Amino acid sequence: MPDHKPKKHLLVALVENKPGVLNRVASLFRRRNFNVDSLTVGRTHKPHLSRMTIAVDATRGDAFKIHMNLLKLINVVDVANVSNEPHVSRDLALIKVRANDAESRNGLTLICERYPARIVDIGPEVAIVEITAQEDQVEALINELKPIGILELVRTGVVAMGRGVRILDSDYEPVRPITATSEAKSFEVYSV
Amino acid sequence: MKLSGAEIVLECLKREGVEVMFGYPGGAILPTYDAMTKYPEIHHVLVRHEQGAAHMADGYARASGKVGVAIATSGPGATNLVTGIATAMMDSSPIVCITGQVTRGAIGSDAFQETDVTGVTLPITKHNYLVMDIHELPYIIREAFYIARSGRPGPVLIDIPKDIQTEKIEFVYPEDAIRLPGYQPPQTASDKEIKAALELIHEAKRPIILAGHGVMLSGAVQQLQELAERAQIPVALTLLGKGAMPENHPLTIGMMGMHGEAASNLAIQEADLLIALGMRFDDRVTGNLKTYARSAKKIHVDIDASEINKNVHVDVGIVGDLRAVMDQLLPGVKGASHAEWLNRIRDWHEDADERDIINRDTGDELWGAQVINDLWKFTGGNAITVTDVGQHQMLEAQYYPHQRPASMITSGGLGTMGFGLPAAMGAKVARPDEEIWAIVGDGGFQMTLCELATAKQENIKVNIAIINNNYLGMVRQWQEFFYEQRYHATPMFSPDFVKLAEAYGIPAMRVERRDQIEESVAFARSVEGPVLIEYAVEAEDIVYPMVPAGADLDKMIRRPKPGESAR
Ligand SMILES: Cc1ncc(C[n+]2csc(CCOP(=O)(O)OP(=O)(O)O)c2C)c(N)n1
Ligand SMILES: [Mg+2]
Repeated sequence: MPDHKPKKHLLVALVENKPGVLNRVASLFRRRNFNVDSLTVGRTHKPHLSRMTIAVDATRGDAFKIHMNLLKLINVVDVANVSNEPHVSRDLALIKVRANDAESRNGLTLICERYPARIVDIGPEVAIVEITAQEDQVEALINELKPIGILELVRTGVVAMGRGVRILDSDYEPVRPITATSEAKSFEVYSV
Repeated sequence: MKLSGAEIVLECLKREGVEVMFGYPGGAILPTYDAMTKYPEIHHVLVRHEQGAAHMADGYARASGKVGVAIATSGPGATNLVTGIATAMMDSSPIVCITGQVTRGAIGSDAFQETDVTGVTLPITKHNYLVMDIHELPYIIREAFYIARSGRPGPVLIDIPKDIQTEKIEFVYPEDAIRLPGYQPPQTASDKEIKAALELIHEAKRPIILAGHGVMLSGAVQQLQELAERAQIPVALTLLGKGAMPENHPLTIGMMGMHGEAASNLAIQEADLLIALGMRFDDRVTGNLKTYARSAKKIHVDIDASEINKNVHVDVGIVGDLRAVMDQLLPGVKGASHAEWLNRIRDWHEDADERDIINRDTGDELWGAQVINDLWKFTGGNAITVTDVGQHQMLEAQYYPHQRPASMITSGGLGTMGFGLPAAMGAKVARPDEEIWAIVGDGGFQMTLCELATAKQENIKVNIAIINNNYLGMVRQWQEFFYEQRYHATPMFSPDFVKLAEAYGIPAMRVERRDQIEESVAFARSVEGPVLIEYAVEAEDIVYPMVPAGADLDKMIRRPKPGESAR
């Protein structure tokens, strides 16, 4: 079996921007017993397309299975495993840290200088550090901040994009009329 | 032309060529039922339980190759469909289910009979829709039918809020091509793949073809036979692959897997090449994956890319429409004889014949295998059989050889008890000129027997053969082998089936001796509408051979030869 050790795979999926698509993807991972590290979804420059980045810890064989199963979903337009090619990936974290004495404040400043991080909010008690970087760097910063005292932490999960001219895109235009959301709000409650 | 959502549904069904649908009304689907009065060309079959509707649509689809349609109301109506949808999903059967939903404004409020049906059916449909804009409705119906029948077929559900069914819009049928950017069923193989497959085929000394349901779904029956004959490659069939190759063909070895022919399983384990065509290496056909076909190279052709390398790692995986791929492959296939290999398989068959209960004198006893084999004999092997799930199902697979595609319909992937009767009815509606036999167990029959009333009301001529062993026989068999004969919750009381049928106005007969079987077939044929025959068979039967779940495929429990003692 050509199955290697599990490693991090970044799958990028271009999906139709429709209600329930995230649910379909999440359901797939649960149903097939695949583990997700992080899953992010957001709009693209085309209103009918959204883009997901899914980070999974998987063997190459399993990553391929996930890839094929994602493609099987009708609303998934295209999928690329960018870990197999040169790519850029970013994770964003907001970290609330203790900053109620000179030592912690100085420590914080020194540490942040060594990372693509900055202090975006500071008060007498706490500070919020923002970092946008590769996942391992975010991880490293978090570890360094731990001794000072992390009070709250949020991460977006990884987003990724292949380098160069290989473009993950679709020139499809929807044939169906797009539902006007304003209309959707004005439904009356009928008797059922 | 201004049409209501309900009328749009029926208008679109008509344009999909739908002639019949199976369903059950209720509040949230009533507008569509009301609109049916304007579309008499689409016949509605009123079932007695929505599960029956889904199985009938499924049986209809499997027998005809057309999309079957089931329709139900919201909440309990829709949830009753679930077993039937899951069954169709596992066996790649194209059905479209239409369910009513509470009005859009009420969605999410726990309204009366509200269930999140698209949520419930998400993992058991190929795709599903909740219609929130009437303008989308005609597009959705077109897509649903296209998705259901194309690629690897499967069930599609459309959930339609009641207020969409009553809303009216100017209707224009969307003639423009369906554009589903994320859905392009694969077609052909690359030249490289064909070359790699041919190389393996030409090198092989002990090749075997594993033919599955996909052979029939893609219409590659002829191509399969041509490949087998030209290169003299024996063919083993999956349960759903029965009919892919005539079973009286000298190259057909028989079914593979848990209750497969010993010769098929042994051949798979000794083969140096598996050519898997439109099958998916289910655990019921592979047994222990670690020891499965260890000395064989493997070619796997399937239309579903996610099936390649899912359970069994293959050397050449080809994603494509099997028929198209076979047409690419065949011109390159050289003749071969494999005489030694075929002889070896013949020897295994002879050994199996010695063990076979069919070749024994059993005196006054009536055994399930004998009933099935005699049904085969007296129907000239020409009936379409639809089975339920259990011992009788496996006996059908072993003792009723089929010669043509789509002549055996069974719930393989999900193993759904209760499937047999309604699916047989759907099959009969699809193929009114065929002789249809529902072969069911006393257990499974009682799960959906309410459909007797439907059969009577619609005069659907199915011949119902109940193989009555007074047991949940297959479970009893597991208890005998693996649970030290503790027969807990498997002995079964049943009503007097003959009287039961008569209460429905359905003629019936009870068979207790083997010499009555011929007469029972004649009797069944003489009745114009549905008919029921109860075969009272020996209670403590065992389906041999048996590969225990997860065991090595060649470690079968065999029926002892005469004079040998059981294991
Ligand atoms: C809906 C459902 N419930 C339970 C089972 C488990 N099961 C498989 S075979 C079987 C026994 C079937 O008994 P019967 O219908 O009498 O057929 P027999 O095996 O006796 O021929 C059972 C309970 C199943 N397959 N489907
Ligand atoms: Mg039984």
